[in-house]
Amino acid sequence: MRRDVFQAIADPTRRAIIGLLAEQAMTPNAMAEQFDSTRQAVSKHLRILSECELVRQEQKGREIFYKLQIDKMKEIDRWLDQFRQIWENRFDQLDETLTKMKEKNDE
Amino acid sequence: MNNLFNFIVDKDNKKVRVERSFNASLDLVWAAWTEPEILDQWWAPKPWKSVTKSMNFEEGGRRLYAMVGPEGEEHWALADYTSISPKTNFKFKDAFCDSQGKINEDFPRSDWDVNFTESGESTIVNVEITHRDLADLEKIIEMGFKEGFTIALDGLDEILSNKSK
Repeated sequence: MRRDVFQAIADPTRRAIIGLLAEQAMTPNAMAEQFDSTRQAVSKHLRILSECELVRQEQKGREIFYKLQIDKMKEIDRWLDQFRQIWENRFDQLDETLTKMKEKNDE
Repeated sequence: MNNLFNFIVDKDNKKVRVERSFNASLDLVWAAWTEPEILDQWWAPKPWKSVTKSMNFEEGGRRLYAMVGPEGEEHWALADYTSISPKTNFKFKDAFCDSQGKINEDFPRSDWDVNFTESGESTIVNVEITHRDLADLEKIIEMGFKEGFTIALDGLDEILSNKSK
């Protein structure tokens, strides 16, 4: 995973766009309405998300819809989940250690 | 027994926050984080082992330790303690290094802020890790856990598919 993906999701508006697109594919105009933002501003964010392959364009009739690339998002989630997992394991071990310490204290 | 566990990646501030409650007194939990012989019992995820070579738990002091893998491979790391308020909080700066504590400058250092709060019979620990860049996390995972550390990915796809619905 490259650094730019994290820069892409570091921006709150882009995260909100990802949230919207997780529900359904949308046109930039529809997204701009949702955000009370200009189409230009939304397009700029969409370009960054496209460059990171997090979204893809789909032509439907005369309109362009943006679609979330779920697999790419999963990559990020999976990667963050590794870190979460490390902490879960570590703290489960700390539970065991604390139990042993308590038993020792009670002796 | 369901303990509180929160894992939050704050991408805006490049922080990872981990919060967990333990069914033990503040004295015990504090000791588990600050005494090397106890710390070594739980710090490394199995089958890895944490082996502390030296630890001087005081402001300006350092812990030098190795994560030792099942094949005997060693990844050395250290913690430089920058601030200590007994049974309340301590802060340190981590680093990857060699067995002599010579810091590997190729890897970024992160700032750790560990908080302890007594809550009835249990103790809540809050860990806040500030990274130079969130992408550094990837390097850290690779460095510390690449070999031997198996991750339970079972069920993750299910979680994700629910999430994306």
